[in-house]
Amino acid sequence: MSETTPAPATATPAKPAPKAAPAARHAEKKPAVTLATMTPEMNAVQQHFGEVLIQPAPFEGFLVTDPAKVRDVALFLRDQLHFEMLSNQTAVDYPAENVIEVVYHVSHISGGRPLCFKTRVPRDESVAVPSVTPVYPGAEFQEREIYDMYGVRFSEHPDLRRILMWEGFNGWPLRKDWKEAYYEGDTKPFDSRWPGGHHKLAEERVPWADNVNYPPGFDPNAYVSNPDGNLYESMLTGTNGHELSAPEIDIGADTVVGVEPGLKTDQIIVNMGPQHPSTHGVLRMVVRIDGETITDLKLVLGYLHRNHEKIGERNTWLHNIPYTDRLDYICGMANEMGYVIAVERMMGIQPTERAEYLRVIMAELTRIQSHFWAIGFVLNDLGAFYTPALYFITERDLIIDLFEAVTGSRMMCNYMRFGGVARDFTPEQLARARELVFERIPRAIDELERLLSDNEIIKARTIGVGYMSAERSIAYSLTGPCLRAAGVPYDIRRADPYSIYDRFDFDIPVLYGGDVYDRYRIRVLEMRQSLRILEQALNQIDQTPAGDIQAGKKAYNHRVPAGQTYARVETPKGELGFYLVSDGGQNPWRYHVRSSSFINLNSMREMTIGQKVADAVVILGSLDIVLGEVDR
Amino acid sequence: MAEVATNHPMDEIKNDPRVPAELNNNVFITTLDKLYNWGRKRSMWPMLFGLACCAIEMICTAASRHDLARFGWELMRPSPRQADLMIVSGTVTKKMVPQIVRLYNQMPEPRYVIAMGACATSGGPFKEGYNVVSGIDKFLPVDVYIPGCPPRPEALLHGFIKLQEKIEKQSLRTVSWYRKGEATVVPVPVLGPDLTDLRRAQEIVGRVQANQTEAVQPAA
Amino acid sequence: MGLLGTGILKGLSVTLTHFINTYLEDLKYLGRKAGVEPRPLRRQSPKNYGLVTVEYPKERLPLPENFRNIPFLVRDSKTGGDKCTSCGICAKVCPPQCIWIVRTTDPVTKRPVPAPKEFYIDSTICMNCGYCAEFCPFDAIKMNIEYELADYGRIQEMILDKERLTKPDTYHAAIHPTDWAREQAEKAAEEEKKRQAEEAKAKAAAAKTAAAPAKPAAPASQQPNAPPQA
Repeated sequence: MSETTPAPATATPAKPAPKAAPAARHAEKKPAVTLATMTPEMNAVQQHFGEVLIQPAPFEGFLVTDPAKVRDVALFLRDQLHFEMLSNQTAVDYPAENVIEVVYHVSHISGGRPLCFKTRVPRDESVAVPSVTPVYPGAEFQEREIYDMYGVRFSEHPDLRRILMWEGFNGWPLRKDWKEAYYEGDTKPFDSRWPGGHHKLAEERVPWADNVNYPPGFDPNAYVSNPDGNLYESMLTGTNGHELSAPEIDIGADTVVGVEPGLKTDQIIVNMGPQHPSTHGVLRMVVRIDGETITDLKLVLGYLHRNHEKIGERNTWLHNIPYTDRLDYICGMANEMGYVIAVERMMGIQPTERAEYLRVIMAELTRIQSHFWAIGFVLNDLGAFYTPALYFITERDLIIDLFEAVTGSRMMCNYMRFGGVARDFTPEQLARARELVFERIPRAIDELERLLSDNEIIKARTIGVGYMSAERSIAYSLTGPCLRAAGVPYDIRRADPYSIYDRFDFDIPVLYGGDVYDRYRIRVLEMRQSLRILEQALNQIDQTPAGDIQAGKKAYNHRVPAGQTYARVETPKGELGFYLVSDGGQNPWRYHVRSSSFINLNSMREMTIGQKVADAVVILGSLDIVLGEVDR
Repeated sequence: MAEVATNHPMDEIKNDPRVPAELNNNVFITTLDKLYNWGRKRSMWPMLFGLACCAIEMICTAASRHDLARFGWELMRPSPRQADLMIVSGTVTKKMVPQIVRLYNQMPEPRYVIAMGACATSGGPFKEGYNVVSGIDKFLPVDVYIPGCPPRPEALLHGFIKLQEKIEKQSLRTVSWYRKGEATVVPVPVLGPDLTDLRRAQEIVGRVQANQTEAVQPAA
Repeated sequence: MGLLGTGILKGLSVTLTHFINTYLEDLKYLGRKAGVEPRPLRRQSPKNYGLVTVEYPKERLPLPENFRNIPFLVRDSKTGGDKCTSCGICAKVCPPQCIWIVRTTDPVTKRPVPAPKEFYIDSTICMNCGYCAEFCPFDAIKMNIEYELADYGRIQEMILDKERLTKPDTYHAAIHPTDWAREQAEKAAEEEKKRQAEEAKAKAAAAKTAAAPAKPAAPASQQPNAPPQA
């Protein structure tokens, strides 16, 4: 991160203003801002659009100085520079400069580091950013989230409503000056805990609904709540933004299977969820059906929105590790790994060899148990209620036992630390891991395949169901097994390698069906590849010194140098990214989770239209979402 | 829910002042209570309803290793109208709580609520969040709280056993659902500018008026 | 594709195999290992077929030593006092901030005394992450393995004060033998070091003979809160 901008590009940036923390926080310390180095790709963009529009941004990527041009830049990046996939889109609030920065990360599907670009809008909501959904349909939910959390409007967005909160909610919660009802302080640790920490319940300390701004004359008894906005109207009249928006760019959609012409039938709207056995938690699907055929589907999210990011910005860097366990609660350690790698990248530290091996072992075991779970519950959704799932939960229990023995908790392991891991395997635990990897799990996978892979019922129910082509999958930013089942060999372990995955000999399985059956089969293949990695890792780990699990001294008060990073890992669900902004303090300034489950759901609508209602359940199951990660 | 405060469920019935002294050991009533509670406590139908991380442990509890069926509780009903027990397994968010209250209202009496895990008990680690309800007991009467994040399957089973103990202590003569009068219905909270509990509507109206006069804290 | 019913047959055959194998597995145990291993341990290992149900209230799965639930405070059974010095590190590293500590102040000097006056853990907020035990420099707070904590109320029952949090170190030694052994070894090493340092100092002092009378400050500054000599 040096300021080696190529010769002509050193025009004074319009806003090199330091990312000053507001007065309340670290007022004494204003970190120096380093501008990003111009990469060849950034130079190409700059040459095309000119130096006025494209300038190097602080720390990472380039800044599009005119928000109105963002879509053109995105289109150029996609079509000329082949950044086919929008990995991540989020926003950062800088109240000191009175701007909200919208951040985009785009990736090559062939691999490499993502390219970052940003644009800035004033905080007063006067300027709308053109939506990039016509270029990258995968931006739909992410833009809605930015709107929901920051109040940034996106023009020509197909369906700009609140996504995690409800319509009518007061304020933009992730803005730095917004305070929640139980607001106690900007950052943890709170002063009230020590040395004068008399216990007091938050609900007593802060009377009910403090910090809530009710509009004048608000009367709860007369208030008509409309948490969904115009959801039903738009679905009933078909004025659903998706069909309406006709931006100048052709998004190349496959033909949408609609209603068969001929007999005129009434279409009805059915809500599935949030309490529904098939929705894997508290997801709500609003489907418009014509008989049994789905003609439109909208997802309503946010029923498990636990304010992970707001809490994450109050937390210290260390505090966030156990919280990441609760993102995708099936595979906690994969999330931890992503977060820890992101922070390590910012701090510039390297974990020890042994810790790297332990991380890989844990992450791959997590992948196996997550896939067991996913396959078991796809069968649940298919109607094979619980019996097959029981077999896989049994195997998962054995893996979880190992997690518990090593880390102390079955699911919320809290195992990884910056620069290492919390505990080493004892020889007995290593022996147990070997027993699992070399004997038990291969047997279990064999049995799973015997039961399912060639099963005619499974085939009849899943082949051709929920099809999505490779192009559309990429456009929708679908990642993980679902993308690989559509024929795209995109796996972060190979595309943007992290940790020590480059040492292992393993394949990225690819299938070309793009349907539910292939999504099931790819998970089986991936489990086998994970076993391959595990076999190598368990053989090699003995070459590392036992007990050497922490680089440097173990600390609890980390200060992360000012900067920002986007680090991503391949979790069992797909690409999990952490976009972190540090102002040099003990707490992250911005803590954003690019969750694969959330973004994978973007494509659900297109997959289900034209399918039967019963298949929607299976399609959802095959996407393998975890609501904790969807809603965060 | 009416609770008998004595140590043994039979004591109060035996010493009921309305029963003549010679009939103090009224075998018929006590046996019916016992039989009734014995039957109920061993055939609880929980609602198939998971909220968050704890739901995974709930599924594991129902799976082979811990096998909820040993207690006669394995019949998870997806419909609240067939369920006796609501296991609130996970974080209760403000957006979700109207649905939970509605589900609870749809459950027939006798009905019980278990708050599983820290989040359902008090909001847990997410308590400070703006979309998190600090405990389902703000809205529903909770019978058993299980701390832990998430509780182990055994801890959930222990919570079940605690609930069984509670059921054992209930008497046919005191339980509310054989009494006259309307069943308690919890008003469904409203999603306004924030979650609005209608039982506190008066308070909120007062606040709004006070705010108008004071004009404190303009909106961001 | 016509459905010929092989899918169902295949499924049933797998289920049947499971069914039969569990009995075969039982037979295997009947002769050899019954009574040798405690039952919950049997057939919970990856070596066996399937898993066997743990009859929970009657028998329990053995908990791993690392298992963590709600923290507890360790009382030093030698002095009868708390090991906690109310340094506040646990309250700082606690991610959901569920630890409240009131530091004791000396009534005369008004200076803080290294002992907590009040110590609260709200177990309904605790996320069982184990940071407090991991970062406590005095081994004064540890994670309990007890999980049967369900109760009918959440205020009195679950907001734990110092009295209810404190457990003797014998309990800690019993549930965390490895950790305890490490602590003892560290303590012994530290005392050994201290002893050596004192010896060396005594020697040095002896060598220099009573030229400089005393350095009373030195022993006092050493670990004011260290547990007393073993």
